[in-house]
Amino acid sequence: MTERVLRLDRITKRFGPLLANDAISLDLHAGEVLALLGENGAGKSTLVSILFGHYSADAGSIEAFGQPLPPGNPRAALAAGIGMVHQHFTLADNLSVLDNVVMGTESLWQPFTRRAAARARLLDVARRFGLPVRPEARVGELTVGERQRVEILKALYRGARILILDEPTAVLTPQESESLFATLGQMVASGLSIIFISHKLAEVLRVSHRVAVLRAGKLVAEARAADSTREQLAGWMVGHAVQERTRRPAGRIGAPLCTLANVGTGGDGRDRLDDVSLTLHAGEIVAIAGVSGNGQVALADVLCGTRSIASGSLQLRDEALRANPVWLVRRGVARIPEDRSGVGVVGDLTVWENAVSERLRSAAFSRGAWVRRAAARRHAEHVLQTFDVRGGGPLAPARALSGGNMQKLILGRALLAVEGDAPTTLIVAHQPTWGLDVGAVAFVHERLVAARDAGAAVLVISDDLDEVLALGDRVAVMHAGRLTEAIEATRWTRAAIGLAMTGVPESDALRREAA
Amino acid sequence: MRLEKRSARSSAALVLAPTGAVAFTLIVSALLVLWAGAPVLRTYGLLFQGGFGSVFALSETLTRATPLVLTGLAATVAFKARLFNIGAEGQLYAGAIAAVAVGGLHGGSGFDAPPWLLFPLMLAAAALAGALLLLGPALLKLRLGVDEVVTTLLLNFIVLLGVGALLDGPMKDPGALGWPQSVALQGDLELGKLIAQTRVHTGLVWAIGLAALLWALMKYTVLGFDIRALGANARAAAFAGVPVTRTMVAVALLSGALAGLAGAIEVAGRTGYVTLDMSPGYGYGGIVIAMLAGLHPLGVLAAGVFVAGVQVGADSMSRALAVPTYIADVIVAASLLAVLVATLLTQYRVRMR
Repeated sequence: MTERVLRLDRITKRFGPLLANDAISLDLHAGEVLALLGENGAGKSTLVSILFGHYSADAGSIEAFGQPLPPGNPRAALAAGIGMVHQHFTLADNLSVLDNVVMGTESLWQPFTRRAAARARLLDVARRFGLPVRPEARVGELTVGERQRVEILKALYRGARILILDEPTAVLTPQESESLFATLGQMVASGLSIIFISHKLAEVLRVSHRVAVLRAGKLVAEARAADSTREQLAGWMVGHAVQERTRRPAGRIGAPLCTLANVGTGGDGRDRLDDVSLTLHAGEIVAIAGVSGNGQVALADVLCGTRSIASGSLQLRDEALRANPVWLVRRGVARIPEDRSGVGVVGDLTVWENAVSERLRSAAFSRGAWVRRAAARRHAEHVLQTFDVRGGGPLAPARALSGGNMQKLILGRALLAVEGDAPTTLIVAHQPTWGLDVGAVAFVHERLVAARDAGAAVLVISDDLDEVLALGDRVAVMHAGRLTEAIEATRWTRAAIGLAMTGVPESDALRREAA
Repeated sequence: MRLEKRSARSSAALVLAPTGAVAFTLIVSALLVLWAGAPVLRTYGLLFQGGFGSVFALSETLTRATPLVLTGLAATVAFKARLFNIGAEGQLYAGAIAAVAVGGLHGGSGFDAPPWLLFPLMLAAAALAGALLLLGPALLKLRLGVDEVVTTLLLNFIVLLGVGALLDGPMKDPGALGWPQSVALQGDLELGKLIAQTRVHTGLVWAIGLAALLWALMKYTVLGFDIRALGANARAAAFAGVPVTRTMVAVALLSGALAGLAGAIEVAGRTGYVTLDMSPGYGYGGIVIAMLAGLHPLGVLAAGVFVAGVQVGADSMSRALAVPTYIADVIVAASLLAVLVATLLTQYRVRMR
């Protein structure tokens, strides 16, 4: 075995009643990729936050290159050669690559910045690790994959010898991920060590030498990647043997319920729609794949009534769809927003108020100016019970709910119609399972499929290709505000979707795949 | 040092925080009293005596609390929706001028209408003047994203200068020997006294009634829900179908109207006419009171009486001891800071490292 570079010894961290890390011990060796695998909430992020000094552990110690690492001090972690690449980039869009990399490395009291020297060093680091970069390019103009490369260079420029990558593929296309994996190979070949955090089994097996599996704060297994199988890892991760879920195909497709014809939103930047056409029929799930930031937000906003269109037409049954949430809810449009705590609920208001917030203006919950509090409370109780929302009663503030329970609350609010409102005709679900645990994911998926089988049209917008393929009867791909034709999920392959995500038209993507 | 969110509100902190806030305020103020060379306990004793210690003291405190409660309510409803109305001072003067315009003795006798008609008209005019004054900044914020803190604050000076021009021009009282002072309100329109031989007037009843109404509005009506949702999370409120523009306009009208009423009630209950020094900063005081009350309409009543009592008590205390009345400002400011920090500590814990 090669030299040990990092040693975590019985790291324990508690947040109130939650034991986030329970006596976790791990070693990392030079030239090794260690995958940290686990469901959302298993304690991966907490563990690396402790390692990088964002939190201090309640118990346990860390040793880097033989030296003890002082707890709770990111500066010390950096000095010890630990670098972190966050899932959400910490780059200034309006500055150049060089500025972003150098930022924070020079003393404030130094009279001039040594740009020439910094530039030479950056290019040297870039060449050594095979990360080509243009130092003068503005970060705002780079693609997501290139930005991630800048983040990695930032860490390497600061002398990192241990690199932590937090869910690095979450924002990448399959092709960009492949290129990242090649880079990682080159980096470990030159002696770096990498901790790779993920909950995707395939890529963990693909890139890592060793896998450490966390579940509910505990280290449940450690294995060589070469000796492991997907089923084995999945079993460790969720705690029991799982079988790959089988898709339940749609029954009879009904009449068209919602039609977008040549819809454009105007505006510039990445969050826009450009000539998008799509028809949603009763009894089918249409899933939209794509790298986030390619217009999905605009599509969801338009269908949720929070953004108006600039061109084209938008029909719900036989009416023009209005950009008005109350109008949509009355007509049975169930809306699941992407940002559940920032848009889905008002965290400071109570659970019961959030459970009726969309329908407060209906006769069921208000009489003139007055809220019918008793009726509203009864309906809220009904939502909590039917959708099994736990972790806070109707009087608790909504922010007290966990992500999964918050999502159940939002689902229940959207799907349980009251007298006077149409039953669910259309569901618009944007990233409906993002950050949820397995149980909650299954619950949400079941509800969406059940609504489809009951005759609703369902639109699922997701970054997660697995989710798209698991749910979609038809699949379309978004790129730069444009949407491919929605075609049967069975006719797509992963690689073809990946190509379409980068802007290759779907017919070409499918043909190239067939060739 | 940094703050960590508490997983649950700590019950120990809930008890300790207000106690600590009071202790902090008393200690900070005591240091200044010592610096001024006065005995601390006697100073506090006289201050309390002067603010709450007799019927007369209490009546003075309640008189001063009346406009403070109304401007406090104005700030409460606006801040609850995150419309930062710093212009209650100007709205108060606008209301006062509107009240005199409707109910004043201009032309020697004023409008020839019966008091039962003129009195509500006077209040309505004052409310309308205050409301319209805040409508502009609210629309600018909604349509163009102009910061309402800047517009409402600067409007105060414009209104004050405008009132000054009126008091030296069309609304000047010819019998005031050249003082910039408006014509007087008709005697029939003045508010009755609650206690004989004191200045406390029925405006206090109006203030209490409006506080109760605002509380009910916030708690039991759709508009109240809209205001709270909009202030807590505007994006989520819009997603749930809260009419953002309409709610913000309603809040601006309500807040401005309450501040305008403060001006009318001050004229009808205490001064009888408008001068440029009729408000010692009631509009700004209302902000402090709203924050002290945690933006709770009924809490505003308590906070208003507390602030008024400290100010009245300090006036009376400074006549006996060599401690300037500014100690009142220190006590109010220190208590506000302490309460804000204490509220923070019930939700967060401080970690040293």
